[in-house]
Amino acid sequence: MEYVFFYLFAAVSVAAAVLVVVQKKAVYSALALILCFGAMAGLFFQLGSQFIAAIQVIVYAGAIMVLFVFVIMLVDPEAESYPGGSLRHISFWAIPLAVMLVFLLIQAFPDFLGSVAGTRASSPEAEGSVENIARALFTHYVVPFEVTSILILVAILGAIVLARRSD
Amino acid sequence: MVPTAHYLVLSAILFAIGVVGVLTRRNVITMFMCIELMLNAVNLAFLAFSRHLRQLDGQIFVFFVMTVAAAEAAVGLALIVVLSRQKQTLDVDQVNEMKG
Amino acid sequence: MLPYFALIVLFPLLGAFVNGVFGKRFPRRLSAIVGCLTVGLSFLLACLVFRELLLLDPHNRTISFKLFTWIESADLTVDAAFLLDPLSTIMILVVTGVGFLIHVYSVAYMAEEPGYYRFFSYLNLFIFMMSVLVLADNYLLMFVGWEGVGLCSYLLIGFYIERKSAGDAAKKAFIVNRIGDVGFILGAFLIFQTFGTFNYVQVFERVSGQFPSPEMGFGLLSAICLLLFVGAAGKSAQIPLYVWLPDAMEGPTPVSALIHAATMVTAGVYMIARSAALYSRAPETLLIVAVIGVATATLAACIALVQTDIKRVLAYSTVSQLGYMFVAAGVGAFGAGIFHLVTHAFFKALLFLGSGSVILALHHEQDMLRMGGLKRYLPITFWTMWVATLAISGIPPLSGFFSKDEILFSAFRLGHIILWMIGIAVAAMTAFYMARLMFLTFHGERRQAAAADPSGHAEHGGHGHSPKEPSALVTGPLMILAVFSAIAGFIGLPAYLGSNWLEHFLEPSFEYRFLESAAHGEHGLTQEIVLTVIAVLAGAIGIAIAYHSYIRDRELPSRVAERLAGLYSAARQKFYVDEIYDRLIVWPIERVSDLVLWRAIDVHVIDGLVNGAGGLVQYWANGLRRIQSGYTRSYATWVLLGAVLIFIYYYLVTA
Repeated sequence: MEYVFFYLFAAVSVAAAVLVVVQKKAVYSALALILCFGAMAGLFFQLGSQFIAAIQVIVYAGAIMVLFVFVIMLVDPEAESYPGGSLRHISFWAIPLAVMLVFLLIQAFPDFLGSVAGTRASSPEAEGSVENIARALFTHYVVPFEVTSILILVAILGAIVLARRSD
Repeated sequence: MVPTAHYLVLSAILFAIGVVGVLTRRNVITMFMCIELMLNAVNLAFLAFSRHLRQLDGQIFVFFVMTVAAAEAAVGLALIVVLSRQKQTLDVDQVNEMKG
Repeated sequence: MLPYFALIVLFPLLGAFVNGVFGKRFPRRLSAIVGCLTVGLSFLLACLVFRELLLLDPHNRTISFKLFTWIESADLTVDAAFLLDPLSTIMILVVTGVGFLIHVYSVAYMAEEPGYYRFFSYLNLFIFMMSVLVLADNYLLMFVGWEGVGLCSYLLIGFYIERKSAGDAAKKAFIVNRIGDVGFILGAFLIFQTFGTFNYVQVFERVSGQFPSPEMGFGLLSAICLLLFVGAAGKSAQIPLYVWLPDAMEGPTPVSALIHAATMVTAGVYMIARSAALYSRAPETLLIVAVIGVATATLAACIALVQTDIKRVLAYSTVSQLGYMFVAAGVGAFGAGIFHLVTHAFFKALLFLGSGSVILALHHEQDMLRMGGLKRYLPITFWTMWVATLAISGIPPLSGFFSKDEILFSAFRLGHIILWMIGIAVAAMTAFYMARLMFLTFHGERRQAAAADPSGHAEHGGHGHSPKEPSALVTGPLMILAVFSAIAGFIGLPAYLGSNWLEHFLEPSFEYRFLESAAHGEHGLTQEIVLTVIAVLAGAIGIAIAYHSYIRDRELPSRVAERLAGLYSAARQKFYVDEIYDRLIVWPIERVSDLVLWRAIDVHVIDGLVNGAGGLVQYWANGLRRIQSGYTRSYATWVLLGAVLIFIYYYLVTA
C-alpha cells in the first residue's frame, strides 16, 4: 500500500518538475512548481514528518510560491523563456552532466541501493510530531532558532530597502 | 516500508532536473524557481535519512532550510525586481557586466 | 685580541676607507696626513716585526697570526691568516717603506690635481692589498691580494678620468692581468687537488714528501708551476703579457713608481720565490722561466734604447730588470732574485720619482728630446738620479752592482753560460739607455727654449722660463732613496768580500726546496773576480758609448739610425707587438662576440626565452580570460562540472 502512494507521489513530483523546466511561460512554471511541492508534501508525510509536511504546504507552497507569482505579475506577466541563446553549448552540456550527476550520486551510496533500509516504526522519540519537534527546537536547537528569527528580520528589512523606488 | 534508497534516488532525480533548469532557462525568475526545486530535493534526502537513522535532527534541519529558503526568496525576488527595473529585461544573459 | 702586527695590514685599509668615504669633505692636508700616516705606521710596525724576528732562533723565524676562518666546508678549510717569515718580512719592509716615501712624495706631486682624496684612498688600498699578498700564508689568500692589486692598478692607472687614453690603458692592464690570473687560479686549484690544501707550509711539506727528487720531464708538478708562472708573467710583465706596462704610464708618476716599479710587478717574483719548494722540483718549468726572463730582458732593453718619452724608457727598463729577476729564479738562485727585487725597488722608484720631479718642473713635458740642460735647475734631482743610474748599470759599490752581479754569477756558476752572456749584453744595453736618458734630460743645452715662446709671455701660469726644483716633500724621498740605492748592496756581499747576510737570512724561507746534493765545485776566487770585472766593464762601456753619442758626437745617433733604418723604426714601434696582438687576438674575439654571442645567442636565445616566457603566460592568460564571460549560466555550468569531477574521483577511490 505504501508503495502505491510512494510511486504516485513520486511520479507527480517528477512530472511537475519537468514541467517547471520545460514551460515557456513563467506563470505556468510557477503553477507546476506548486503542484510539485504538494506532491512532495505527501512524500514528507509518508516519511513520518508530519510537521514538516504541513510546513511545506503552508510556507513553501502557500507563501513562497505566492510571492513568486506576485513578482512575476509585477514585473512581466507575459514573461517567456527567451529564444535562442548565445550559450547553446551550455544547454548542450547541461543534460549529460546532470545525468552523470544522478548516476554518481546513486553510486556513491552503494549500501543503500536495493537494500531494505532501516527497521520498522520509529520509537516515539523519533516521530516527527509537533510535540517532538517543538521539544527539540526549544531545547537543543534554541540558539539556531533565535538566530533564524534575526535572519528573517534581516531579510524583511533587506527586501524592503532593496526594492524601494529611489524617489 | 519503502526502502530509503528509493527516496534517495528520487531526490537525486529531482535535483538533477533542477540543475538542468538552472543551466538552461534564461528567465531569471524561472531559474530561481528551479533553485527552489533543488532545495526541495535536498530536503527530501534529509528527511529520508532522518527516518533511516531514527533521529529527529534531519527534520529540524529541514525546518531551518525552509526558513532560510523563505528569507532567501524574499531578498532574491526583491533583487530581481530591482534588476528588471534597471535593465528592463529578465534575461539573465543580458546581465554580463562582469565580463572579462 | 689582535696581535700588533695585524695592524700592518689593517692600517692601510682603514686609511683607504676613511679617505674614500669622508675624503671629499676633508681639506687636502687632512687627506694627505691620513694617507701617509697609515702607511708610515705600517712601516714602523714592520720594522718592529723585523727586529722581533731577528731575536728568534734562525731555524724558527716565523710569526703567524690568524684573523678569522674564511672558508670552512667539507674538505676545504682556508683561514685568513698571515705568515711573517724572513721572505715576507723583507717584502713587507720594502712595500711599506718605499710605499711611505711615495705617499709623502705624492702630497706635493698631486697637489694641483682634482680628486686628491681619491688618490690617497686608492694608494692606501693598494698598500693593503699588497700587504695581504705578501703576508698571506696560503695561496688562496695570496690570490685575494693578487686580484686586489690588479684592481688598484686599474683604479690608479685610470686616475685621470677625463682622459680616454688613461681609461684604455687601465682596461688593458686589467684585462691582460686577468689572463694571467686564469693561469694562477688554475695552478692553485691543481695544488689543492694534488696536495689537499692551500696552506704554504703544508703544501711544501707534502711536496718534499711526494717528490723526493725533481720531476723527470714535464709532469704534474711542472704543470702546476707553469700555470702559476702564467700568472706571474701577467702580473710581472713578462713575455707575452708585458704589453700593459708601458701603457700604464698614463697613470700619475707616483703610481708608476710604486706599482709598476717597486711593488706590484714584483709580486710574480715573490710568488715564485715563495714556491721555491715546488719550482726547484720542476726543472723543465724552471728552464722555461729562465728563458722567458732573459728573452723579456733583451726585448725590453732593445725597445728602451730608442724611446723618447722619459717614462716609457723607465717602463721598459722595469720590464727588463724583472726579466733579470726571473732569470735568477729560473736558475734556482731565489735569494738573488729577491735581492735584486729589493735594490731595484730603491733605484727604480727613485728614477720614477725623479722623472716626476722633472715632469713637474717642466709643466708635464715628457719628451726627452725637448729637455736638456736641467742639471743647473734641478740639482737634487740630478744627483740622486745619477746615483740610481749608476746603480742600475751595476757600478760598484752601489746596490745594483751587488744584486745584478749575484744573478749573473749564479747563472754562470750553475752552468747556464748562454744566459750569462745574454745577461752581460743586456747589462751593457741597460747602462747605455739609462745614461742616454740622463744625458738627454740633464746635460747639454736646454732644448725646450726653441719650442717655447722666447718673448716670455706668462702663458704657463706665470712661472717664467726657469724650471724650479720642487718642494722638499719631493726631494726628500729622492734623497732617502738615493742613500738606500747606494748602500743597500751591503746586505748581500759576495763570499770573498764578506758574508751574504740576505742570503742567510732568507734561507729558512726556502727550507723546503730541493738542493742538489752534489755541491757545486767551488769555482775559484779568480774566476769569480774575473766575471765580476767583465760585468762592471759591460756597464762602463754602455755608459761610455752613451756619453760619446750624446755629449761628444751629437750626430752619431742619427747616423746609426739611418744605417739601421729598418731595425730602428721597428724598435721605435715596440716591434709592433701590440699591433700583432690586436690582429691575432683582439679582432677575432670582437667578431665572435658580435656575430655569435650577441646576435645569435643574446638576441635569439636569451631574449627569446625571456620574452617567450612572457608570451606564454600571456597566451595562457588570454585563454583563461574567456572563462570569466559574465554569464551566470556559464559559471553555474563550470561549478556543476567541478562537482561531477569530484564525484568521479570519489567514486574511483572508493570503488
